[in-house]
Amino acid sequence: MNDNIPWWSSETFWKKTAIWVTGFMFVVLVVLTLDTLPKISVGSERVPAYSVINKHIDYVFNDERNIQVPVIGENAPLFGKMLTEEEAEALVTHGKKITQGRNCMGCHTLLGNGSYFAPDLTKAWLDPAWSSEPEREQYMIDFLMNPEENARSFGSGRVMPDLNITEKEAKAVIAFLKWMSSIDTNGFPYNFTVLDREE
Amino acid sequence: MSFEHLNGGQQLAIKYYTVAIGLFVAQILFGLLSGMQYLIPNFMLGLLDFNVTRTVHINAMIIWLLYGFIGSVYWLLEEESQTKIVGLKLGNIAFWVFTIAVAIVVVVFLVVQSGPGDDATRWFINEGREYIEAPRWADIGIVICILVFFYNVAATFSKGQWSGIAGVLTLDLVALAGLYLAGMFYTTNISMDQYWWWWVIHLWVEATWEVLVGCLMAWGLMKTLGVSRKIVTTWLYIEVALMFGSGILGLGHHYFWIGTPEYWLTIGGFFSALEPIPLVAMVVHAVYDSGVKHSKANNHPAFAWLIAHAFGNFFGAGVWGFMHTLPQINLYTHGTQWSASHGHLAFFGAYATIIIAMMYIAAQYARGQSVFDGNLPDGGWKWKWSLGLLNLGVVGMTVALLISGYEQSFIERAVGGSTWYGYFAAQTHPWFVEGMWWRMVFGFVTAAGIVLLVWDLLTIGKSRKAKETLETSAQTA
Ligand code: HEM
Ligand code: HEM
Ligand SMILES: [Fe+2]
Repeated sequence: MNDNIPWWSSETFWKKTAIWVTGFMFVVLVVLTLDTLPKISVGSERVPAYSVINKHIDYVFNDERNIQVPVIGENAPLFGKMLTEEEAEALVTHGKKITQGRNCMGCHTLLGNGSYFAPDLTKAWLDPAWSSEPEREQYMIDFLMNPEENARSFGSGRVMPDLNITEKEAKAVIAFLKWMSSIDTNGFPYNFTVLDREE
Repeated sequence: MSFEHLNGGQQLAIKYYTVAIGLFVAQILFGLLSGMQYLIPNFMLGLLDFNVTRTVHINAMIIWLLYGFIGSVYWLLEEESQTKIVGLKLGNIAFWVFTIAVAIVVVVFLVVQSGPGDDATRWFINEGREYIEAPRWADIGIVICILVFFYNVAATFSKGQWSGIAGVLTLDLVALAGLYLAGMFYTTNISMDQYWWWWVIHLWVEATWEVLVGCLMAWGLMKTLGVSRKIVTTWLYIEVALMFGSGILGLGHHYFWIGTPEYWLTIGGFFSALEPIPLVAMVVHAVYDSGVKHSKANNHPAFAWLIAHAFGNFFGAGVWGFMHTLPQINLYTHGTQWSASHGHLAFFGAYATIIIAMMYIAAQYARGQSVFDGNLPDGGWKWKWSLGLLNLGVVGMTVALLISGYEQSFIERAVGGSTWYGYFAAQTHPWFVEGMWWRMVFGFVTAAGIVLLVWDLLTIGKSRKAKETLETSAQTA
């Protein structure tokens, strides 16, 4: 081979660069991951413990961060029953597994990821579609158990299919949704109107 | 027809390609059904709900692209390593196991569809996580088959000879297979769930798959244009450096809103904004080489699809990805039709295209032709029309979805405050609905393109006599 190839276009130079860049970026990703994992573990500041379903959850504009953030308030037990940490975890876990087993993500987004055929569920617990706080739990149960007759699709004609959700299952799903609404998502969704807080 | 003159790897490749094309057709059919459900809300309700048709649509895509990649690697394996493939029998068994597993998964998706909220559902019916809905038993089956594939590749190169392409390819396959494991566990914590889910999805399509197609592109340019190995290998290393340099931390553009800390807004925004650079480099590379060689390709359809790949990758991933990758914009576009618009152009432009190119290279050798040039008996109208219709169809769908996406981000997000009411206000807005109709129109254009593509792949070069002089790697051993 000839020696006139400048260093910056030589095969070996780029081979070494490729190896070093890849290795370096991967190490940085691992370090960032080690920092992130505790910050998104259940019971952290950003991702509250499952027992948060015993509390009132709100989503309020924070002037300092300039976005809406979840605010955990007074006791407001789900379905009127205070749960221990273990009971809450079991209920939310059942709910999450139901959402996977029925493939909710095949129509909805959760934390904005999934499909776009139906509304995002990140803050579904706080949605004004449930009329008012006192009525919310029953409305949600009715909807999940019989979505075709209790459609909340505002004249679009689109209905959620009947997924044969029992009352017990509906309650677990609602627990999961309530817990998810307490996650600090850096202000997503933006400009959200919370139930009973309409101006 | 007989494939006796092909080497073992190539014969296996033909099998993978055959299933790939079948799944591609299935993908399009179920895409059409999903699209119809936007227009006629009760269409197949209770029979095949949207979540069923869509799941089949995207899973068929992931699997056919994987089949296409695996087939392409088997195709070039013996030639690149200058030796006979190691463990071909095992490779064949893995193909059948994999294919039967895929068939079972599809049938279960269509017939059983869903299950109760217990662990058995995730193990045997549906995992309910986008793109990796396949139940756990199938995940494990897939991993085993991929390991066999990896053994074929690594052992063959080790026995024969290593090249730059071979080295990059083999290391990339390790990463690709390893990443799949990140999606194979259950957690109730949805933030943690999505954190690792994106390792599979993003680090596949924006890192390992990109490098894999970089290898195929390097090999394809040598094959169709006769570009020198030194040049394509150097470009491949540049590609790897730029792609992994930006794409690994670019992962952060999925960590804006899932509960992860705020520093990801900066890291994700910055590094993902750099991701288009390697894609521009690829366009430059491909166009420059074609200029040098005066586009004198020995296989016109393959070469055309390689160029479609370079541009499709650049526009679909680079431009359409960049458009919504900064957090300031993504806050409004996250999880809207914007994502669907980008997803279609990127997956088609970056991945479907290059696999089709590889299939044409395979068809040329399988049919014993020394060239697929302007002298094809039918003037090559089938490949030209299918190229045109498929690209027009996907670009048309992409633009239609983008218009709906714009409308959705304004009406639902900015004005409507992202409530359920805001969502449906956007979905019923005439601009949105028109976009959905146009998507459907172009969906049928795409479907017409695939009919022609299948027809062409089945027939191209068949009627001409095979050239005796044809140099195939069958002789190498
Ligand atoms: C006849 C043509 C097609 C039609 C009518 C169609 C329709 C659809 C529909 C309705 C969805 C669901 C979007 C939603 O959740 O709202 C979808 C998703 C998707 N399709 Fe297609 N599709 C077609 C072809 C393709 C092709 C050729 C590709 C790529 C090779 C593709 C890749 C995808 C991907 C990646 C998604 C998921 C997007 C996301 O989650 O953001 N589709 N398609
Ligand atoms: C060939 C490479 C690529 C493919 C196949 C691809 C495909 C996709 C798909 C299917 C989605 C939707 C995921 C979902 O269903 O939730 C997505 C999301 C996204 N992609 Fe890509 N992509 C590619 C490259 C890129 C690049 C290079 C960029 C940036 C420059 C980018 C930026 C994004 C962003 C920001 C999102 C998130 C959208 C949201 O927030 O909803 N992508 N990509
Ligand atoms: Fe990404």
